[in-house]
Amino acid sequence: MRLGRLSLIVIVFAATAVPAHTATIEITMQNLVISPAEVSAKVGDTITWINKDVFAHTATAKNGDFDVNLPPNKSATSVLKKAGTVDYYCRYHPNMKATLKIEP
Amino acid sequence: MLVRWSAAIAAAVLLSSPVLLQGARAADKLTDPQIAHIAYTAGVIDINAAKQALKKAKNKDVKAFAEDMVRDHEAVNKQALALVKKLNVTPEDNDTSKALSKQASDKLAELDKLNGAAFDKAYVANEVAYHKTVNGALETQLIPSASNAELKSLLQTGLKIFQGHEQHAEHVASELK
Repeated sequence: MRLGRLSLIVIVFAATAVPAHTATIEITMQNLVISPAEVSAKVGDTITWINKDVFAHTATAKNGDFDVNLPPNKSATSVLKKAGTVDYYCRYHPNMKATLKIEP
Repeated sequence: MLVRWSAAIAAAVLLSSPVLLQGARAADKLTDPQIAHIAYTAGVIDINAAKQALKKAKNKDVKAFAEDMVRDHEAVNKQALALVKKLNVTPEDNDTSKALSKQASDKLAELDKLNGAAFDKAYVANEVAYHKTVNGALETQLIPSASNAELKSLLQTGLKIFQGHEQHAEHVASELK
């Protein structure tokens, strides 16, 4: 009984501990430039996309993994689900390019 | 004779695409209210062209390009209006703006007669030429002449985005061939 309760506590602790390891990373689009141009992250991390321009932008993965719409002066978040190196760009302004390195 | 010559020159200036550059050169030095008017007019012209394309274009890349033009140029012009209001500047009509508007309305009428693939091609070809002209004018005339730092900065942002439009238009044009 005592052991049972202990293991329950361990499980609960383990479950709540997982999100503490994930990070939130900010990527900004300003003056038609994405910065940082290269970001390293881990699966489970959250990306906060911040559009500081008066123009609408998108963060669109070349491999189709994500396609985030960013209206002028708005931000959005997405959680990284798959590992890999993903090149992405803005569909409206294809000169805006950057890379996300997602580790497992 | 002299009168006829100058009329012929004026007509040639209007018909050749770098009307903006030549118009700007004719004026000694552009003032900020004139620059604001030219930049705003140039934006309105491209929005009108895009709205025509949204009605007439058949190709989906051409339509998507036209949508991009409306969205970006409206955003720039909204900023421009906010800036002139903030600076308490009244945009001032001038020969360059007039020449641009005249040339644009002629182009709209010309493109209106075309349909289908012929329209798509002509619209995109004109977008390439138009952005080249406007970007050249921004780089060599409007930005260097602008006195107010905020106006200069807005024009620089405009140049950056319009250079992207020029490349985009060139890409769409090459796909249509």
